[in-house]
Amino acid sequence: MKSVVKQEVLALNGDEAVAYAVKQSDVDVVAAYPITPQTIIVEKFSEYVANGEVETEFVCTESEHSALTACLAASATGARAFTASASAGLALMHEMLFVTSGCRAPVVMAIANRALSAPLNIHGDHSDTMAQRDSGWIQMYVENAQEAYDSIIQAFRIAENLHVLLPVIVGLDGFTLSHTLENVQTLSDEAVKKFVGTRQFPKVMSHEGKTVPFRLDPENPMSMGPIALPNYYFEFKRQQEEAMRNALSVIQHVNEEFGKISGRSYGDGLLDPYMLDDAEIAVVCLGSTAGTVKAVVNELRADGVKAGVLRMRTFRPLPVDGIVDALRKVKAVAVMDRSMSFGGSGGPVFHEVRHALYDLPAHPYIVNYIYGLGGRDTSPTQIRQIFEDLRGIVQTKRVESSVKYVGLRE
Amino acid sequence: MTAQEKSWKEIAPAGVCWKPSTKFLTGDWKTYTPLRDLEKCTRCLLCVLFCPDGAIRWNAQKGDIEFDLNFCKGCGICANECPTKAIEMKLE
Repeated sequence: MKSVVKQEVLALNGDEAVAYAVKQSDVDVVAAYPITPQTIIVEKFSEYVANGEVETEFVCTESEHSALTACLAASATGARAFTASASAGLALMHEMLFVTSGCRAPVVMAIANRALSAPLNIHGDHSDTMAQRDSGWIQMYVENAQEAYDSIIQAFRIAENLHVLLPVIVGLDGFTLSHTLENVQTLSDEAVKKFVGTRQFPKVMSHEGKTVPFRLDPENPMSMGPIALPNYYFEFKRQQEEAMRNALSVIQHVNEEFGKISGRSYGDGLLDPYMLDDAEIAVVCLGSTAGTVKAVVNELRADGVKAGVLRMRTFRPLPVDGIVDALRKVKAVAVMDRSMSFGGSGGPVFHEVRHALYDLPAHPYIVNYIYGLGGRDTSPTQIRQIFEDLRGIVQTKRVESSVKYVGLRE
Repeated sequence: MTAQEKSWKEIAPAGVCWKPSTKFLTGDWKTYTPLRDLEKCTRCLLCVLFCPDGAIRWNAQKGDIEFDLNFCKGCGICANECPTKAIEMKLE
């Protein structure tokens, strides 16, 4: 794809790329509390504020719970709000994650994915966001700093779409992406501002019987998310599910629109397949690991092995139809999980992919690889072994163990 | 779902109220009803101040207080605070 606007290459790590995207996205309120490996995002952003480069209200809070509460309140008044966190910080937000999605507040949050204590570990894995899977937030995982920049800009458009109105998490792997310097193509301030646009509001009927924009406004008072008893609560949850369904096509559309101005798009926005059309064996994964897997696939392809990758860019909403279409012809699939569901039969990504394939008349063989917990490195050699295992499964027509651990000392 | 209740497609998002809370009668939650002894009551209005639900009001025209049983939860705070013990909580 060709870019239609002039772009500038900046040397940015993943966190700085996020901060730069937020700077350009005309954000009204940023409320945050520092936590490694996210800290650079809000640290960098507070510099923009101090230098007068943005007009954003920057709120230093005493906890992550308060940071998200401030963002929710700002968003409810119609402001565009952003925050960032990781690990224990995200865990502390847990209660407010549900309140934010339930209030249909389109807050955007970057998560520099990090392991959860105990034992304490500051390095990258997906335990933090996977633990918030059912909080009603859209979840996207990026492969590199460039995609972190691009996805934050897209996230505001997705979140604020009137058919969606849901908060969005953009996850970038802690340290691997958050702290690694890359060349990042950046759009002009004007191009981003135009792409993101200004917030629009659906019309709702208030308790005064007036039809007013859906935002807290002293001129048109309304109650947002106050109480719903057994006779109504269920209906509000069904609305959130519908908004998630709507997000599927909105994410695709925004990815396409962004491609038109930047020359960059990520698969269909939901799934980013690589060499999958004729693949007999494939790996499904999220985040930066996809880069390593793609490099291994290139080597295998050079040796005549029909290997492919399906990177799941969007985890919530789950693109079930896309997963089925992408994997229906594959003979054996390895699903990589960078978190554990203790006592479950494999990790959360495995559960979802295996579930999605259930309705196929003939499923591929499917096996789960738990890897990279607490920032443990996953090498191309280990990925090559996974593909080797898949070839063995295809030959023997048998999965010996459905859950395996990569690089774990037995 | 009763006939008056709306489907998920008909309601505003985020639990935005389409009617004021004064239309949502909660008085049927109570198990105790306050009964006032008009002789003992000095109209000091402490019960009006203490009622957490605003269910006791001063009616200036009548020159007396009145209980709004549509919102009284029967908590008994009024009876507890009444300096002349003019309010009795009666089990319904």
